[in-house]
Amino acid sequence: METFEPVIVAFCCHYCAYTAADMAGSMRLHYPPNVKIIRVPCSGKVDAIHIMKALEKGADGVIVAGCLEGDCHFKNGNIRAAHRVDSVRKILGDIGMGGDRVEMFTMSAGMGERFALVATEFTEKICKLGANPVKSGTDMGMHQAAC
Amino acid sequence: MITAERKPMEEIIGSVSPYRRILLVGCNECVTVCAAGGRKEVGLLASALKMHFAKEGNPVEIEEVTLERQCDPEYVEELLPRMDQADAVLSMACGCGAQEVARRYKEKPVFPAVNTRFMGASERQGVWAERCAGCGNCVLGITAGVCPIARCSKQLLNGPCGGSTSGKCEVDPDIDCAWQLIWDRLKALGMQERYEDNIPAKDWRTGRGGGPRRIVREDLAS
Ligand code: SF4
Ligand code: SF4
Repeated sequence: METFEPVIVAFCCHYCAYTAADMAGSMRLHYPPNVKIIRVPCSGKVDAIHIMKALEKGADGVIVAGCLEGDCHFKNGNIRAAHRVDSVRKILGDIGMGGDRVEMFTMSAGMGERFALVATEFTEKICKLGANPVKSGTDMGMHQAAC
Repeated sequence: MITAERKPMEEIIGSVSPYRRILLVGCNECVTVCAAGGRKEVGLLASALKMHFAKEGNPVEIEEVTLERQCDPEYVEELLPRMDQADAVLSMACGCGAQEVARRYKEKPVFPAVNTRFMGASERQGVWAERCAGCGNCVLGITAGVCPIARCSKQLLNGPCGGSTSGKCEVDPDIDCAWQLIWDRLKALGMQERYEDNIPAKDWRTGRGGGPRRIVREDLAS
């Protein structure tokens, strides 16, 4: 069986998470190349439909990463994002996908190490969960060999 | 506005599972404002259903349309070119919209994707509360602008009842006692004497008591 290389989409806010990812790069920290970063002006800009579309089009996991609580550049975008992530997890649970493929993280712009750690741990988690079952067209996808 | 909430996903999945080509129809009016069945919610539900059925190895085609108003025949007519390709319609409008689609396209099964709740107003972002029960003979003018029909749990015309405690209704401490609100507002308006007037029994035939209602405007009707 082929090894499973998960595709992970990370919506990162411009002011903190994206800068943290950039910092991880400048610090030469290693994190899995599976994580594809999409920069957004604020994590609060990430709508439920963006997360759903990422999964529908085959992403195996989605990260929404914003500023630390209380530090959002737009006051409470990260709180709104957290609520939306919760509602998407609920929908995914209701359709039998399980909510674990989507997770919200917060970090400051200087936390390059945290970004690398989050990216690594989340990729490991998705590896354990297996491929997005939407792609394989059967729930058996869930049991595909872990990477 | 008319408020609604999306039905549980399990129920929606159950209703459309026999069909492979679904026309998912939202509405740009009330259900958009209360975030139940506008363009955004249509997109979200379409995505969820597509993923669910793809995962089961039984993919569905879902066409998304959000009409300006689903309760007006002019707009419902716009669905005509898409009906041939649909096995069933899933409506995210209130019950009025879903029924208008069912009336126009008699050969297609129509399923509601939302539960229509009440006529209400936004209390704050994400919170809607009942304000009017459509009694057909408005008494707001003598109740200081607070509706005792929709907002008093017992629909008392001369309240409060003995269950009003610290401004809250005995039915649920989260409900403001309508008659407390009426009294507070009468006081603020300096109209306390109005409280002494007995409101006579209401003729409920102007409401649901008279059966399904219609409005006919001779000056407009064609
Ligand atoms: S009195 Fe009747 S019409 Fe007026 S707000 Fe209450 S239910 Fe609506
Ligand atoms: S407590 Fe107030 S709102 Fe509740 S039933 Fe009595 S009068 Fe009506």
